[in-house]
Amino acid sequence: MSEFTATNQAEAHNAIGDSSRFYVTEHHPENGTLLGFWMYLMSDCLIFACLFATYAVLGRNYAGGPSGAELFDLPLVAMNTAFLLLSSITYGFAMLAAHKNLKTKAIFWLGVTGLFGLCFLGVEIWEFVHLIHEGAGPQRSGFLTAFFALVGTHGLHVTFGAIWLVTLMFQVAKHGLTVENLRRLTCLSMFWHFLDVIWIGVFTFVYLMGTLP
Amino acid sequence: MSDHSTHGHDDHGHGHGHDGGAHGSLKDYTIGFILSVILTAIPFWLVMAKVLPSGTTGIVLLAFAGVQVIVHMIYFLHLNSKAEHGWSMLATIFTVIVLVIMLAGSIWVMYHMNANMMPGMDAGVDAVHGAHDMP
Repeated sequence: MSEFTATNQAEAHNAIGDSSRFYVTEHHPENGTLLGFWMYLMSDCLIFACLFATYAVLGRNYAGGPSGAELFDLPLVAMNTAFLLLSSITYGFAMLAAHKNLKTKAIFWLGVTGLFGLCFLGVEIWEFVHLIHEGAGPQRSGFLTAFFALVGTHGLHVTFGAIWLVTLMFQVAKHGLTVENLRRLTCLSMFWHFLDVIWIGVFTFVYLMGTLP
Repeated sequence: MSDHSTHGHDDHGHGHGHDGGAHGSLKDYTIGFILSVILTAIPFWLVMAKVLPSGTTGIVLLAFAGVQVIVHMIYFLHLNSKAEHGWSMLATIFTVIVLVIMLAGSIWVMYHMNANMMPGMDAGVDAVHGAHDMP
């Protein structure tokens, strides 16, 4: 009871009214960004779920065109998976360095993460160009439409993640590991690891299961 | 009682990790990475070496993916029941439920559409035919 009066007194000058005290007792305003970003990731998860559902329905409709077993180059996909997994752990190293306030080390690991991300994107773009060149573009069959939509959306996310990462490297280099930059790094960390989680679904459901007869 | 609220703040200050999101240790990342490598390598090996019949392989692949997603959530995304006072976990559980309903529902409906259309065959061939080719 005395807690309420205390907070009420503290908030009295705000003159918001009685209802405000319910918000006042929620004493973690600084956590808003991270929880909000997590909510965004969950909604992004639903976008990917729609694309996965589309692929689940259309994935075997070849329309007389090439099938996954004929198109997919599994060693290449394994390499891409390795790039993304390595980028995940190097981002982890960057976060560990950032929390120890080691600026140069954090920027170094962010750079390594970015390079792995670019390797991933390079291989994926090469794969797409190769498929389209072979006449297996998104307009060829329901399977390929669903494939390009799902894998393309993931690739787009990685692209924006990479742009964000470069931006943060400059931010950290200029302003140091401030509270704001740490928060931004943490958001990108969640985003980057989340993309790796989506990729687990992609390589399992699209590439590996698509190769099975 | 008023020190209760200061305690709350203190809790956040001390939980610098909490403040900047729960962050793992080097050990966490290493365990997560090694588990991920194993959980990735086995599915690729199963498919590329054609070890099991394809029906079984599919189920095993999904199981490995499920485990790996959980490993990533715990060791890379540091999800636990305490992060953000449990709100992260709650949002995740909600998303997973929606996700399961959506995925399972879509697949169930679409895969059974052909069979469910069958009794209508004599009612109106044209209408059924149109819907029949949908998936």
